[in-house]
Amino acid sequence: MADKIRVATASLCGCFGCHMSLLDIDERILELVQLVEFDRTPLTDIKTVGDCDIGIIEGGVANAENVEVLREFRKHCKVLVALGACAVNGGIPAMRNSFELRECLEEAYIEGIGVANPQIPSDPEIPMLLNKVHPIHEVVKVDHFLPGCPPSGDTIWTFLTELIEGKPIGFPYEQIHYD
Amino acid sequence: MTHEEIIREIIAPSGTSRAAERSQLLQYLCQIQHQCSYIPGDAITQLATRLQMPASEIQGLIGFYAFLHEQPRGDYDILLSDSISDHLLGSRLLLQQLCNRLGVAPGVPRADGRVTVDTTSCTGICDQGPAMLLNGRVISRLTDRRIDHICALIEASTAVTQWPAEFFQVDDNIRRRDLLLSEETAAATMDGKALRVLLETDGNAILDVIEKSGLRGRGGAGFRTGMKWRFCRQAESDSRYVVCNADEGEPGTFKDRVLLNSYADSVFEGMTLCAGVVGASRGYLYLRGEYRYLLEPLQAVLRQRREKGLLGQCILGKDGFDFDIEIHLGAGAYICGEESSLIESLEGKRGIPRNRPPFPVTHGYLNQPTVVNNVETFMAAAKIAVLGADWFRQAGTPESTGTKLLSICGDCERPGIYEYPFGVTIKQVLEDCGAVNTQAIQVAGAAGTTLPVADNGRRIAFEDVSTGGSFMVFNNDRDLLDMVQNFSHFFVHESCGFCTPCRVGGSLLKNLVDKLVNGHATHYDVGEMKQIGSLMKRASHCGLGSTAPNPVLDLLNHFPQLVESRLAHSGYEPAFDLDAALQEARDITGRDDPGAHIRTET
Repeated sequence: MADKIRVATASLCGCFGCHMSLLDIDERILELVQLVEFDRTPLTDIKTVGDCDIGIIEGGVANAENVEVLREFRKHCKVLVALGACAVNGGIPAMRNSFELRECLEEAYIEGIGVANPQIPSDPEIPMLLNKVHPIHEVVKVDHFLPGCPPSGDTIWTFLTELIEGKPIGFPYEQIHYD
Repeated sequence: MTHEEIIREIIAPSGTSRAAERSQLLQYLCQIQHQCSYIPGDAITQLATRLQMPASEIQGLIGFYAFLHEQPRGDYDILLSDSISDHLLGSRLLLQQLCNRLGVAPGVPRADGRVTVDTTSCTGICDQGPAMLLNGRVISRLTDRRIDHICALIEASTAVTQWPAEFFQVDDNIRRRDLLLSEETAAATMDGKALRVLLETDGNAILDVIEKSGLRGRGGAGFRTGMKWRFCRQAESDSRYVVCNADEGEPGTFKDRVLLNSYADSVFEGMTLCAGVVGASRGYLYLRGEYRYLLEPLQAVLRQRREKGLLGQCILGKDGFDFDIEIHLGAGAYICGEESSLIESLEGKRGIPRNRPPFPVTHGYLNQPTVVNNVETFMAAAKIAVLGADWFRQAGTPESTGTKLLSICGDCERPGIYEYPFGVTIKQVLEDCGAVNTQAIQVAGAAGTTLPVADNGRRIAFEDVSTGGSFMVFNNDRDLLDMVQNFSHFFVHESCGFCTPCRVGGSLLKNLVDKLVNGHATHYDVGEMKQIGSLMKRASHCGLGSTAPNPVLDLLNHFPQLVESRLAHSGYEPAFDLDAALQEARDITGRDDPGAHIRTET
C-alpha cells in the first residue's frame, strides 16, 4: 500500500462542481483507488495536507485562507494541478473584480433584501477577502492546467491516468474543447 | 447654437441612400463630438431612428473609438500624447503638473466642467514634443512654462482662437531630401502632370512603368504597388475605390503628417492617377483624428484641384474620367491603420479587421474592388508616372527600389524627416541625425524591431530591416524596460478585442512586463512571456496581435543581460502583493489581527 500515489484535493473559491465532476468518473473510481490513496480531500474529510504526489485545486483565490491552503498544497505536493475555470482563470467568482470590494460587501450585508441588523462582518474567525479574485497560478507555481466548467469526468480520468502512468498529457478533442 | 440644433444640422438627411448614410455614421459622430464635446443620448436616439439601426450599435461604435464619448468632456479637452517619445521628453511630469495646476484627475472632467485632462496614444508630433491635443488641435513643444501658460488661459476661459499662435505651430523639420522631396522634382507632379501622362498614354502603360519601377507599399508591408493596382483594375465590378491610408498611428511615425502638410497636391495627384488606372470614380483619404488640424488645409487643396479640373467630372477634359476625393476622419483607433479595419471604419463601423482573403483589391470598400495605399506610396507613384521607372530605380536596392522617408525622434540632436535611398545603414542614419551614446534603436514603431546599437550595420530595406517610417533612438541613459512597458500598455489599449490571443495574450504580457519592471519577475515568468508571445504571433487574427509581442520578445532575445539584472532570484514570485491585496478589507472591517495579514513566504 505504501507504493500508492498520494493525492490531495481542495476547493478554494469554487462551487465544488469540479469535485462533483471528479465523481463523474463513476465506477472507475474503484480502479483509481487501486492506484491512489487520498490524503486531504473533501472525500476523506482529512483537514491537513501531508506529503503528496499530486495536489488538485478547484476554485480561485479570494481570501487569506485560500492563500494559506494553496501554499500548504504547494509545499506538500510534487505536482500541483489547477482544475477548472475558477482555478485557471478566476472564473465566476472573479466577476466581482469589476466592482470595489466595499460595493460587494455593502450589497450583501447592508443593502441586500431582507438583511436584518445590517453590518459588514469583522469577526477574526472569518477569512479576510482579497480585493480581487485571482487564478491560483498568480499565487503559487502551477504545473498543470485543466480547463472547463467543469472539466468532464472523462477529461479528469484521462488526465489522472496519463499523469499516473507518466505519459505525456494529451486529450481527445472533445474532452478539452468546448465549441 | 444649442446641442439640439447642432445635432439636427449635422445629421440632416443628405438625400442619398440609407446605406450611403450609414457609412457616414462615424463622420456624424466625429462632428457631434467635436462640436458638443460628447455624443448626447438624444443624438444616439435620433441617429438610430434615422438610420434604422439599434442604438446599442451606435453605442458600440462610440465605445470603440477613443475620441468619442457618451459623457461630456471639459470645455477644454486635453489629451496628452503618451508615446514613449513624449515620455523621453518629460511628458509624464508635465501631465502631473497639468493635473495639479488645474485640480483634476486624469480622465475625469473637473467639477465645473471646464476641463478634462487625459492621455492618448502617439499624436505624431514626436520630433517636436511633448505634444498634446486641445479640442482636436495640436499643441507642440510643451514645457513647464507653456503648461503654466495653458493653465492660466484655461482658468481665464480664453477662447482657443485667442491662444498664442506659436502654441499650434507644427514644423516639417525636413532634414534630408532625396528623390521624392528634392527641389528638382518638386514641379514634376504639379498642374496634373502625372494625369496628363496617363491621358497621353493609357492605364496599361502607367501600370507597366509602376511595375518596372519596383515601387512597394510605403506603409511597411511592402506589397508591390503595380500588382495591387492591376488586381483592382482586373477585378469584375462597376464601381471601384481608391483609399489613401493616412491613419499614421504607429508610434514614432510622422512622415505622412509632413507630406499632407506640404505635399498634399502630389498625394492627391497619385490617388487620381490610381483612379484613372483602375477605373475608380470615388476616393477617400482616411485621416487620423489626431491630424484633424490638417482637415481644413487639405480640403482647400481639394477645392483648388477641382477648380483646376484635376478632380470632379471629366478630369482634364477627358470624357468619362470622373473622380473625386472625400476626407474621412478617424477617431483615435490605432487598429484602423490596418487596411481592412480602415475600410470597416470608412463604412462607419467599428474597426475590426476582416478575414483575408478576400483582399480589398477584390472585396474592399462596400465589398467593391479597392486600392488602399499609404500616403507616401501615392506620392511616389505620381512622380514615377512623370519621371519614369529608371529615375526611381537609380536609388535603393534590387528588392527595395527608390527612397524611404524616415521619421526620426528620440535621443538625437536633429529629429525630423530624413529621406534616404533604401539600403542605408542604421549607422549612417544615426550619424546624420546626431545620435551619440546610443543604446538601441526601435525601427518601425511599437510593432517593429528593437535593435541593439551593435546591429548598426544593418540596412533599412524590405530585405533587411523594414519600416513604415518610424525610427526612434534610445541612448545609454535610458531604461529600455520603460519603452517595452509603454508599448505593451499601448497594445492592450489598442487591441480591438475581437480575437482572444491578442485581447487576452496582450493583457497577460502587459502584466508580466509590469512584474519585470517592478523587480518581481522570475525565470519562470520569462518563459511565460516567450510562450505567450509566440502564441500571439501564431494565433492572432491580424497584424496587430501578431506584432504586439515584438518589443517584449526583442527585449528578451537581444538584451538578456538587462533582463537578467532585473529578475528576482527566487524560483517563483506571486503576480501581486498579497498582503496589500487585503488592505481594502482591513480598511472596511477595521481588523488588524494576524488573520488580517498575509506574510511573505521565504
